[in-house]
Amino acid sequence: MKHDSQVQTRSIRHSLKLYHHYVSINVRSAMEYKTSFLLTAAGQFLVSFHVFLGILFLFQRFSNVKGFTYSEVLLCYSIVLLEFSLAEMFARGFDQFSEMVRNGSFDRVLVRPQNEILQVLGSKFELTRIGRLLQALVMFFYGILQSHIVWTPGKVFTVIFMLLGGICLFSGIFLLYASLCFFTLEGLEFMNIATDGAKEYGKYPLSIYGKRLLQFTTFVIPYALVQYYPLLYLLDQRTGIFFVFLPLLAMLFLAPCYLLWRFGVRCYKSSGS
Amino acid sequence: MKKYISFFRLRFSMGLQYRTAALAGIATQFAWGALEVLAFRAFYETDPNSFPMSLSATCTYVWLQQAFLALFAAWLMDNELLESIINGNIAYELCRPVHIYDMWFSKSAANRISRAVLRSVPILLIAAFLPAPYGLSLPAGPGYFLLFLLTLLLGLAVTVSFCMLVHVLAFFTISPRGLQMIFVSAADFFSGGIIPLPFFPPKVQFVLELFPFASMQNVPLRIYSGSMTEPEIVKAFGLQIFWLLLLLAGGRKLCRYGEQKVTIQGG
Repeated sequence: MKHDSQVQTRSIRHSLKLYHHYVSINVRSAMEYKTSFLLTAAGQFLVSFHVFLGILFLFQRFSNVKGFTYSEVLLCYSIVLLEFSLAEMFARGFDQFSEMVRNGSFDRVLVRPQNEILQVLGSKFELTRIGRLLQALVMFFYGILQSHIVWTPGKVFTVIFMLLGGICLFSGIFLLYASLCFFTLEGLEFMNIATDGAKEYGKYPLSIYGKRLLQFTTFVIPYALVQYYPLLYLLDQRTGIFFVFLPLLAMLFLAPCYLLWRFGVRCYKSSGS
Repeated sequence: MKKYISFFRLRFSMGLQYRTAALAGIATQFAWGALEVLAFRAFYETDPNSFPMSLSATCTYVWLQQAFLALFAAWLMDNELLESIINGNIAYELCRPVHIYDMWFSKSAANRISRAVLRSVPILLIAAFLPAPYGLSLPAGPGYFLLFLLTLLLGLAVTVSFCMLVHVLAFFTISPRGLQMIFVSAADFFSGGIIPLPFFPPKVQFVLELFPFASMQNVPLRIYSGSMTEPEIVKAFGLQIFWLLLLLAGGRKLCRYGEQKVTIQGG
């Protein structure tokens, strides 16, 4: 047993080293075009900044939406945005996966003695998403400062768990998107409602969209577990310790996505030349 | 002129070929529209008095926006054009006895119209059957409907000519993606793509309505839903023509200048 676990730690360490290597290659290649990098990062920044402006303008007109005030919505949006940006930073490589399946370069991935997911992610690490991440971080701290929350250890953990759960959930959806490419050979446009759409509309607590959407996002794609319920705990509208750990439950979403991916890899038929 | 019409026709029929993609697009846009309507409903139920338009006008705005997304979404740039500048294929285009600007203009317009033709009808039909304040309502009157069609075309022309300006900028930089993103996100926001212009604070709205962005989707969608008064319509119409002429003239001039300076990439 001891030997087994040693082998495992070594292979994890090896994978991390390899991933780091992939990232550094991508970073260096992006840095060759500095102006382009800066402009793209600025562009990414502006996209989410405009969404923020939209919220700000709406709340100059309305004092609250279904009982949630500006600072509460801001906190909600900033956490969702940070979850999404972190997941995107690492897992958005799956976005171009349809291309890999179609032109056959996934074959090359399969013949290498390394984990496929690691290779797919490593090949498409997009540094320019730093713009969005930066914006998300600024928003996050602004959101935290604006909120009138009295911080307790429980609430700090809630936020950390929300971030962890959210990253896993969004990564799971990116993985799901890629897995479907095995069967459809092209990216499904419809999936963007689950990624960009969830980020976009996750700016408001999910309950405002009505009961049915809340049920859907609780039991089918568990966005509400990393957004609405823990938010209620942060805002002192719920007190159970249960709500602190609820976001971690969303991590389970990764399991079916990963199984589908494994299944897809097994069904994969090379289509390119 | 004949050349450009045939460029338009070719691109138009090419766009019509992608029917499965259109079907997926319809479903996506319908879902976005539904969430948008639900969000506005939440604001309306919280405080109906602060609503600057009626709820049914707002929902109509949302559905028209989703249906005609392909006409007005600035992010639907023609990547083929950008690519051709980056990878050097532009050399072939430069050899042809056509004006690059006019050719690209007709191609982009065709691209947008063909996408919109495939997608708009089903979305509009479904939206029309949704229960009262949440669906697509009828236009404010037959006159308004004609004005809507006219300003829709003008709005499309303004959008295309604005995007052309961004395309032409690619002549002067090898990596146009970043610039493109900045322009696109500004255009989407200030044209009322995220929230309709009446939802902006009044002072901001007043200034923005003079900008070219307000001459895009803002005018036709608000005329249809009847949330513009007659003097406002006249003013908006004039501004549309003014911006269209200015953007066309500026774009063509810049394109001419770019053609003379362009470095052919690739080999």
